[in-house]
Amino acid sequence: MAKIVTVQEAVDLIPEGASIMFGGFMGCGNAHKIIDALAKSGKGGFTMICNDASMPGGPLGEEYYGVAKLIHNKQVRKLITTHVGLNPEVAEQSNAGELELVLIPQGSLAEMIRAGGAGLGGIITPTGVGTIVEDSNHVHCKIEIDGRQYLIEKPIRADVAIISGYQVDRGGNIWYKGTTRNFNMCMATAADLVIVEADHLVECGDIVPENVVTSGVFVDYIVDGGEA
Amino acid sequence: MERSMIKGFIANRVARELKDGDVANLGIGLPTLVPSYLPADVHVTLQSENGIIGTGLVTEENKDPLYVTDAGGKPAMVKTGGSYIDSTVSFGLIRGGHVDVTVLGALEVDQQGNLSNWIIPGKKVPGMGGAMDLVVGAKKVIVAMEHTARGSAKILKQCNLPYTAVKCVDMIVTEMCVMEVTADGLVMTEINPEFTVDDVKAATEADFTVSSELKMMCAPA
Repeated sequence: MAKIVTVQEAVDLIPEGASIMFGGFMGCGNAHKIIDALAKSGKGGFTMICNDASMPGGPLGEEYYGVAKLIHNKQVRKLITTHVGLNPEVAEQSNAGELELVLIPQGSLAEMIRAGGAGLGGIITPTGVGTIVEDSNHVHCKIEIDGRQYLIEKPIRADVAIISGYQVDRGGNIWYKGTTRNFNMCMATAADLVIVEADHLVECGDIVPENVVTSGVFVDYIVDGGEA
Repeated sequence: MERSMIKGFIANRVARELKDGDVANLGIGLPTLVPSYLPADVHVTLQSENGIIGTGLVTEENKDPLYVTDAGGKPAMVKTGGSYIDSTVSFGLIRGGHVDVTVLGALEVDQQGNLSNWIIPGKKVPGMGGAMDLVVGAKKVIVAMEHTARGSAKILKQCNLPYTAVKCVDMIVTEMCVMEVTADGLVMTEINPEFTVDDVKAATEADFTVSSELKMMCAPA
């Protein structure tokens, strides 16, 4: 059963140097309150697994939006991602040798995380065949099936997943609003410790079972984001 | 052609490739202009890879920037009848051949239909995002771009930059012409009447043939 903790207690659960999945896409669907607290914690050496590095300039005038704060503070040692073109600090830190950057095609990353959470040994995808992706460490090998070439990509798991839900009940069941489900859904299944930030913490039953997108069985801790 | 007219001219021609009922994914920049040139009787479902099927026009009134964005992080919205999906379903849709057309720009494209549009090693490393999946999975891949980059050819015998995918491009639309990638190489099927075949040859490094039924490209109505 998921346990409700304060944002500080959630940050205390995250070890220095942890591998952390962050749900969200260009900041939309990042767990903003947990990320803010993590940014202030002084912890670092993280491996961040996230679709992107977000960007400076959030919709409410934030100087750095979502996970971009952790990049700005140099709390990330290794970034596993798909696109960093809108956060120039990634290129600066990568060129300076301060940040290891691993780029994975977006559909492959999503499916590798799903595989990590679903007990699969990898994925077989045509994406990346004939490109420099073939030479990456995350590719197991290239194979041919029925005359078409594919890459076998390894599954991905993390120590921690930090995800965001619009409505989260006290049992950890999640309903996402708008485009925020993005990587939150698969990441909720693929980490040893899953922490969800609830924009609106509700009672069990308030989300009808048919509308539960991520089951509470995947969730370890809930942070009340306090928008209720 | 006046520089300010180029993008609209290309988008207008690309719009004629979309059929009523198509599901399409449009890359950033020029491709996002395509919907405004669609004929009134052509209804296309636009997909945004971060998780929207059926994107609509965002306004000050309907925008919800904390919860509904496009793949560039900008406010977006879903049309009535559309839906939100997660990234695994979104890319299942893309890789699984459920997207009829993708339109995107290129740094380079070559006469085998190879595409390079995601990295300039040592200079610009933005990442491939969803581009590699899109060009592998979409049924039809249209490159929409200016014919040259500051006078240098972009349609080459062989791409110099790392590939986004190999043998993936079906059609190239520029302000000078339309080319189709066929088993016999590039074929110019349409030309902007402002240019001659020799003009196109001078601006293109790749070998190409001229269709015996060469048509004229039209400016937007």
